[in-house]
Amino acid sequence: MTTVLRNVRPYGEDAVDITMRDGLISAIEPAGTQPAAEGIDGRGLVLLPGFVDLHTHLREPGREDAETIATGTAAAALGGFTAVHAMANTNPVADTAGVVEQVWRRGIEAGHCDVHPVGAVTVGLQGERLAELGAMADSAARVRIFSDDGVCVSDPVLMRRALEYVKAFDGVIAQHAQDPRLTEGAQMNESELSGVLGLRGWPAVAEEAIIARDLLLAQHVGSRVHICHLSTRGSVEIVRWAKERGVEVTAEVTPHHLILTEELARTYDPRYKVNPPLRTADDVEAVREGLEDGTIDVVATDHAPHAREDKDCEWAAGAFGLLGLETAFSVVFETMVATGRLDWRQLADRMSERPARIGRVIDQGRPVAVGEPASLVVVDPHATWTVDPSRSASRSANTPFLSREMRGAVVHTLLRGRPTVIDGSLAP
Amino acid sequence: MNKHLLSAADLTRDDAVAILDTAVELARVSDRTVKKLPTLRGRTVVNLFFEDSTRTRISFEAAAKRLSADVITFSAKGSSVSKGESLKDTALTLEAMGADAIVVRHGASGAPHRLAHSGWIDGVVVNAGDGTHEHPTQALLDAYTLRHHLSSDEGALDGRHVVIVGDVLHSRVARSNVLLLHTLGARVTLVAPPTLMPVGVESWPCGISYDLDAALPGADAVMMLRVQAERMNAAYFPSANEYSRRYGLDVRRSDLLADGGIVMHPGPMNRGMEITAEVADGPRSVIVEQVTNGVHVRMAVLYRLLGAADVIGEAS
Amino acid sequence: MAARTPPGVRVLDADDISRIVSRIAHEILEHAQGAHDVIVLGIQTRGVPLAQRIASRMTQIEGVPVPVGSLDITMYRDDLRLRGARPLHATEVPSEGVDGRLVVLVDDVLFSGRTVRAALDAINDIGRPRAVQLAVLVDRGHRELPLRADYVGKNIPTSRDQAVRVRIHELDGVDEVVVEG
Repeated sequence: MTTVLRNVRPYGEDAVDITMRDGLISAIEPAGTQPAAEGIDGRGLVLLPGFVDLHTHLREPGREDAETIATGTAAAALGGFTAVHAMANTNPVADTAGVVEQVWRRGIEAGHCDVHPVGAVTVGLQGERLAELGAMADSAARVRIFSDDGVCVSDPVLMRRALEYVKAFDGVIAQHAQDPRLTEGAQMNESELSGVLGLRGWPAVAEEAIIARDLLLAQHVGSRVHICHLSTRGSVEIVRWAKERGVEVTAEVTPHHLILTEELARTYDPRYKVNPPLRTADDVEAVREGLEDGTIDVVATDHAPHAREDKDCEWAAGAFGLLGLETAFSVVFETMVATGRLDWRQLADRMSERPARIGRVIDQGRPVAVGEPASLVVVDPHATWTVDPSRSASRSANTPFLSREMRGAVVHTLLRGRPTVIDGSLAP
Repeated sequence: MNKHLLSAADLTRDDAVAILDTAVELARVSDRTVKKLPTLRGRTVVNLFFEDSTRTRISFEAAAKRLSADVITFSAKGSSVSKGESLKDTALTLEAMGADAIVVRHGASGAPHRLAHSGWIDGVVVNAGDGTHEHPTQALLDAYTLRHHLSSDEGALDGRHVVIVGDVLHSRVARSNVLLLHTLGARVTLVAPPTLMPVGVESWPCGISYDLDAALPGADAVMMLRVQAERMNAAYFPSANEYSRRYGLDVRRSDLLADGGIVMHPGPMNRGMEITAEVADGPRSVIVEQVTNGVHVRMAVLYRLLGAADVIGEAS
Repeated sequence: MAARTPPGVRVLDADDISRIVSRIAHEILEHAQGAHDVIVLGIQTRGVPLAQRIASRMTQIEGVPVPVGSLDITMYRDDLRLRGARPLHATEVPSEGVDGRLVVLVDDVLFSGRTVRAALDAINDIGRPRAVQLAVLVDRGHRELPLRADYVGKNIPTSRDQAVRVRIHELDGVDEVVVEG
């Protein structure tokens, strides 16, 4: 099968026509080479490798009322993603080969993007004994990232063993860094504001202390480690220090931590309640700096759908988490590209190439070049749009960007040469 | 005046003085045989208590009834609230009943704010204590009591020094009092062990001290906060004994106050913990009076909020 | 009362008001056959100084002190929904109380009658007078309730949309009544 994508600018550079055959890019020619009636019109917009999310909650199995693999991956495709990593905190937990294979197969059936299951580190996320990591790695789902996300692997011995064990199959532990004792009952960032609002504080040190410990552990046992959604200036500085010392660490930041601050807690609206919590403006600046200089490797959405009743309540009763897939590109564009901190090649690096490498996904995050997989996204940097949950593919509506005007939009998404999104709508 | 009373910060100095002045006049009504006023006839005030607080609930009930409002009290115990009905569903039920004012007490900080701003209800919301956030009518009744003793019922509290002692971290009373007393011109000093001071307290409009003996001399009033003995299990302090030695109010300490200085406590007291019985029942204590004043202040709040709410309604 | 006083006209000056106070004091005493059980209550705010003047005139005439007080009827109004909460003023009932006495209510202007209705309710909550009478400086008509004054300083024809401004020396620095609008 042959598909043509006309008049697109790879990484914002010279306009070309792209021909795709059997899932690969078969030709790249100067724009105008292909007949104007053929294929998909790229309108001179920017072409990038399809985005890869390292941190997605698809909620299936268990909370299909909040999201399913089909609806979550549809949202991913609309957000320009061609692969997502589905977190393990489902019900049942993805801690066996059986569950991860089921998730992987459902992803293929849905067809919107590739689904790479993340395996749980410990059985039932209980933090007591290791799950069968090898079995998940050897399964059809080929799991390479393991995480108890939502819960921190706080036992240092267990963390050490996990870091060591996954070396056998080139896996990586993605740590949700949150000291459980320092954050008991915590509701928002611990700060002057938490004191005023009377909401129990979530100190930065509860994140930073675990990161520091795990980086030292990873160095000691010679393993790679991945830090999920880091959110504080201190975390950025510790990761920077460890990278300078040669520790094999990678780190992610969420779009919302790049743009939103704790000030939103003043509304007491759980729409803004998330783990880790929104931090201060200074932390926002620090994670932008970290993403700019590469200390932070990737943007990962932590897309966390929640049913309406879990957010339509008082702050303390509200669930942690917010939607991210459909707004991720716009947030990164506004905060990092429009500000001149990242160019298009660096954006491709942070949202596609590096995440694929961390997850050991071999057919994603590849350069736009002949012979490479045709998993691509076309974005319009000049478009603006307003966030409206009724137009979202997600089954949930808990976006923190409700009614907000966003800059930059995803126009077309292609998965191995097959359009999944055309002109901002799911392909039929 | 704001539509709702959610935080002491919602009150300007003029608002606060107006409420206190109104309360002074309303206090006289309670000396009459007929204690009722017809002002809120035909209006419905709902007391929505998700958290048990007999004292505050009764005070609001009395206030609303003395203004002839229809009063519906909705306590968590034995209601659908305890069966897991959400705040939202409860709010929608109240809205269907036509509540003009909802007095809400809730264990979660910000729950009254959420009720007021979620679009679930139209009525006026009065915060009767939310989590570890605020308790603005307690601060108003404390200001009323202070003014009565220190400023002969008029003006504000300019230049007066009030020391607030105890578990500031978990205290909604302390938060509201710091804000309101500052608005009224008083100087406030918070005294607590460092573990019971909130992060960022340095930015509050008050002084901070860890030393009660150093803070008390010459103060016009001391307000003792309830300290739950269970806090020591979370390592906030080593033992009840050590706490009361360092931060408890006894006769020796209460005598450090200025002449005519008063001792206050929002209740319920832990006698022997933060305050000795001798001081609680002693000549400087105005603790019982605080309870009485609560009714007058809450009448004034309901009157002013419901008065304002209607005018806004007419205008729009 | 279709008549209308031209706007800007000062309908009463200080001398007029002084004569009216004196006349009403005499009329009350005449009706009550002495001052022995009379108490005078001024309705807040401008009724209060007027009540004080009437009572002190009565005291002069009779040679015995006539008790005088003030009545704030804000909490008895029926227009909270329309006009909102207002600051309260003092209600000072003389220590003799109102039970069994002749209470003379004093107000500056009698218009719809709603203020007087509220004042009657307020008195009812304070005690049980033998009788209640009403004295006003100005009656401008347009009653909305079946009420009338026992003692009227001056009847002033107005249209409903006109305003009658009463200024009393104790509060406003001058004694006068002006029709505006």
